[in-house]
Amino acid sequence: MVVTVALGTAPAARAQARVSIELWHALANPLGKVLEDIVAGFNASQSTYRVTPVFKGSYTDTLAAVIAAFRAGRAPLIAQVYDVGTATMMAAKEAVYPVYQLMRDAKVPFDPSLYLPAVRGYYSLPDGRMMSMPFNSSTAVVWYNKDAFRRAGLDPERPPRTWPELRVAAQRIRSAGAARCALSSSWFSWIQLEQFSAIHNVPFATREDGFGGLDAELRINGPLYVRHLETLVEMQREGTFTYGGRDATPDGLFPSGECAILEASSALRARVVREAKFAWGVTFLPYYPDVPGAPYNSIIGGASFWVMRRPDATPEQYRGVAEFFRYISRPEVDARWAMETGYLPVTFPGVERMRALGYYRDNPDAWVAYQQLTRTRPTPNSRGIRLGNLPQIRIIIYEEVEKAFQGKQTAKQALDSAVRRGNAVLREFQRENR
Amino acid sequence: MRRRVVFRNRWLPYALLAPQLALTVVFFLWPAAQALSQSVYVTDAFGLRARFVGLGNFVALFTDPLYLGALRVTILFSLTLVAVTLAAALGLALAANRPMPGAAVYRTLLVWPYAVAPAVAAVLMLFLFHPAIGLLGRWLRAHGVPWDYTLNGTHALVLVTLAAAWRQVSYNFIFFLAGLQAIPRSLVEAASVDGAGPGRVFWSVVFPLLSPTTFFLVVVNLVYAFFDTFGVIDALTKGGPGEATETLMYKVYVDGFINHSLGSSAAQSVVLMTVVVLLTAVQFRHLEHRVHYG
Repeated sequence: MVVTVALGTAPAARAQARVSIELWHALANPLGKVLEDIVAGFNASQSTYRVTPVFKGSYTDTLAAVIAAFRAGRAPLIAQVYDVGTATMMAAKEAVYPVYQLMRDAKVPFDPSLYLPAVRGYYSLPDGRMMSMPFNSSTAVVWYNKDAFRRAGLDPERPPRTWPELRVAAQRIRSAGAARCALSSSWFSWIQLEQFSAIHNVPFATREDGFGGLDAELRINGPLYVRHLETLVEMQREGTFTYGGRDATPDGLFPSGECAILEASSALRARVVREAKFAWGVTFLPYYPDVPGAPYNSIIGGASFWVMRRPDATPEQYRGVAEFFRYISRPEVDARWAMETGYLPVTFPGVERMRALGYYRDNPDAWVAYQQLTRTRPTPNSRGIRLGNLPQIRIIIYEEVEKAFQGKQTAKQALDSAVRRGNAVLREFQRENR
Repeated sequence: MRRRVVFRNRWLPYALLAPQLALTVVFFLWPAAQALSQSVYVTDAFGLRARFVGLGNFVALFTDPLYLGALRVTILFSLTLVAVTLAAALGLALAANRPMPGAAVYRTLLVWPYAVAPAVAAVLMLFLFHPAIGLLGRWLRAHGVPWDYTLNGTHALVLVTLAAAWRQVSYNFIFFLAGLQAIPRSLVEAASVDGAGPGRVFWSVVFPLLSPTTFFLVVVNLVYAFFDTFGVIDALTKGGPGEATETLMYKVYVDGFINHSLGSSAAQSVVLMTVVVLLTAVQFRHLEHRVHYG
């Protein structure tokens, strides 16, 4: 009896004092709800740690909040930072706790080779050591309205693969009046320049797109880029392409049926499934067939989890972070996240599990994203973009491209201007992080 | 002869002022001092490295064509906003001042928009004027007007001004109404008896007597246009397209929180503070003598 009582009180005391870890993220519902479920699953699977997810707004707002909190010595231990913030985080060596080091210090088994190369490479040092924990990785795909295709006399099961084919399809859609808008693109900078550079294997910037050093320079005014932007401007003038605004603002144009074809993140899936009242399909990003070797693999977007340093953090808390990372890397958790949200699985076991469950057989559109990401081994031009202040550079690109769409400057002038202004931003980042 | 208020207790006036002074120190003086100190450094995003650059950030601002562009946008935006809101509010106040059935209802409805938060007002305008999903936006395009504020800078500036003005008109309306009601009817009647038409009555009697209100509202509206329109711009255009709606205030936010150039952002807010202080000082000096205190 005494033994039972003694054994009974000790675990109860431990369970009451769960080690608390905050996770700041930028996922609004429905994605945020799935993340909360996963975190709840981790909390229920053990009784030592409790991770508390906190929604902080957009990726930009979340990063700004993390930076402000760090400056006040109160950073969250886990921060979700978007892909374009990677260079900023990597340069802040004293502010982040690299994942490879965390897992080693916490003695939690960790095998980087389980992660898809395209995913792992984006968030690692050049020698392969992983700095952050991949979580939600997407890539860009083409969403198309099969009903609109039928109305325009196009075969809904054979969507266009190349830019010339896509342009013809868009023209047919417009002339048949099958949709008010034929083609648009979300995340214009990410898809029409960054992804574009990867699938055509042309550099976005020197120094291996910035992986090689802070002295990289932009190369987005090369002949292929100019030709592509000119094509889009022409298409806009002929009514086949509609510029829908910045970032994810054009997302709504597809599920509402307004635009028949939308280049957007693969993570748009949750919205499309929920809102689209027509038959839809997914296909690969279009490419220019005269570019040798095209199409190459696309690059990831999305975000990863960074571990922040904090003066009053305890080793127990960091151990909890490591355990949480171990949990989300489990094949069943990785697969569940991917299946419920449309993001890609980030580990090979996760992919295998989804295949075994028949998910890809029942959802061929999800297979498109995975195929596109892994169809070739990443080249120096298709590993990802690691440039400082990339959010600022994207804004510059938006501004210059918008002026081109308004007819205020030619495509070449826009891209030259973007390179000039963007390089100034890169030099400032280099100066600030010497 | 100025009236003086005399406190018998020596410490009471300080005690009464203390809360307000504390707020002013914590929420204005302290951040202002931090902005001043941050403006002379170049730092990385996380504040791990800081380099003293003296006036380097300020010099960089005034040689930056984008900063001068934001200055131009701000001047255009605020002058238009002040003119439009004052004119509209005055017209509505004159109309609502007349005795008529339902006057109380009209006045309440005219005041209502001020209760709407700026970001909500901006989203309302978005749902009205977006070229693809907005009611009026689509109507305009269907009738041949190439309305597209996501691409056309002028349209964007017009829309942002409209969204910012919509609720500010209510605010001005209240003050103008109160000002009109404070004008003795005997003066207005005397002028009409003397043979002045309504227009003459307005310009020679009513408007001069409204000048304290007008002067006050010009100052408040200018400050509103400079500082409180952030929410509207962020929710509608985020400074775009191009930099067509990027006011000085919005640029402070973009440079500080999106581009993480805190030194440049701090320098910009110091410049902004100086500009507004100068503006207000000039206004008080030059317009003061035109104000007729009844």
